[in-house]
Amino acid sequence: MMIEKKMIQLDKVSFSYEPGRPILQDLSLHIHKGESVGLIGANGAGKSTILKLMLGLLTAQSGTVRVDGLDMNKENIATIRRKLGFVLQNSDNQLFMPTVEEDMMFAPLNYGMDREEAEKKVDRVLEQLNLTDLKYRHNHRISGGEKRMAAIATILMMEPEAILMDEPSAALDPCNRRIVIDTIRGMDQTRLITSHDLDMILETCERVILLDKGQIVADGRTEEILKDRELLEAHRMELPFCFAGPRYR
Amino acid sequence: MDDASLLWFNSKAMNKMEKALHELNEMDDLAAMDSPIHHLSPLAKLLTTIAYIIITVSFHKYDLSGLMIMVLWPILLFSMTGIPVRTCFYKLRIVLPLVMAVGLFNPFFDRAPMLMLGNVPVSGGVISMVTLMLKGVFCLMASFLLIATTSIDALCAALRKLHVPGTLVTLLLLTYRYVGVMTEELAIMTDAYHLRAPGQKGIHISAWGSFLGQLLLRSMDRAQELYNSMLLRGYHDHFHYVEMKPFRMKDALYTLGWIAVFLLVRYVDVAQWMGSHVMR
Repeated sequence: MMIEKKMIQLDKVSFSYEPGRPILQDLSLHIHKGESVGLIGANGAGKSTILKLMLGLLTAQSGTVRVDGLDMNKENIATIRRKLGFVLQNSDNQLFMPTVEEDMMFAPLNYGMDREEAEKKVDRVLEQLNLTDLKYRHNHRISGGEKRMAAIATILMMEPEAILMDEPSAALDPCNRRIVIDTIRGMDQTRLITSHDLDMILETCERVILLDKGQIVADGRTEEILKDRELLEAHRMELPFCFAGPRYR
Repeated sequence: MDDASLLWFNSKAMNKMEKALHELNEMDDLAAMDSPIHHLSPLAKLLTTIAYIIITVSFHKYDLSGLMIMVLWPILLFSMTGIPVRTCFYKLRIVLPLVMAVGLFNPFFDRAPMLMLGNVPVSGGVISMVTLMLKGVFCLMASFLLIATTSIDALCAALRKLHVPGTLVTLLLLTYRYVGVMTEELAIMTDAYHLRAPGQKGIHISAWGSFLGQLLLRSMDRAQELYNSMLLRGYHDHFHYVEMKPFRMKDALYTLGWIAVFLLVRYVDVAQWMGSHVMR
């Protein structure tokens, strides 16, 4: 029997920003290596909080967070962060160096890679993503779609074992959205994607976790959950467009 | 719409903050231009600029003729880089009046006539005022040229080479970055305000408190996100600056050559020397 290795584990995690108003309560979830998981839920359901807990940007008030078998604590946090790549919702917050190339080299240089090797890696990743013309472009001069792809490229430079993405298709035109979807589909790392774009989740994730008020209300195969109108509507969601069809008639 | 109309439309459409942000980004574009000066090592440019500023400031308050010759260096640089002089003065338009105001009271305190312009006596105070103004303008021009030909990251790398403490240099770099972040937030908030306060000039005094508070909170949130993004990519108090162009022979020649010229202008009365040769 094949044993599925757990990449990310949250066990009975509770978190609140202010006393008496818990965002997450005794939440447990496991993500296995190689899995592609969509984390969906209405605004305020706790999706971004879960991502920040996994990255060690927030500390759980109770429960344990474990990444690739390592407990989230001060000693392990650097190792854990190296294993996880995080694509922020706002790419402007992710790109802070003058050019795309410099931004892509930021992580490798921090992890001790020499500049020459990092430059070669930049070329490889840009070629893989079909973005070679972005290499010397200034971050403030590229379009929103290009920024998103550049942000993904900066994360791929780290060769993370898992990639966490916060609303990767938000504010993108259909063409750029398609490019991002195809890029996500081409990745072989463990992926955890939070989004309200359920059509994108359907295309990129094999498993979906539905959150509501800090609790997991459904966890299963993407198609099963995203076809369940009753379940989705009970938790302030809608069927994806491809299942619901047009509503404007 | 032709280019000129588009430029006019853009300048009208952008609010003041967006213009400020645009100007900030323009500095990066200037630094990315291609010229022999741009190709020099940032360290050479930094050292030469520091020397220029120190020597310019050290001129005696009545040594107007010697000081005037110092303008040749920035003028030469403007022509070599292709950066228009008007761009410099346009970008320095806020600081220039302050610099010009320095020494404004000198003519009142120092009234002794120093020279005659035809039949008009010129007092020492007027000469020292003009000298002070020119010193300020020249130093600003030199600083502008340094920034316009060197990216902030390369400049920071050069500062580190000069053993300026890492904390200070990182602070400078991040301040530069966060000024952009703050200006962006301010532009969004100003737009949102004016859309709900049509015809109103500026922000009403009653909204200043909440406006500033919101700006601070929003900027802090964004700055936190940026910092998180750095942390998640392995940042730990040590910034890897962009690779600095190596300091080659041509850089050494440029630096030493110009410093020698500056010192010559400072300690030899070039104007008088040239004058005496012409008269002979």
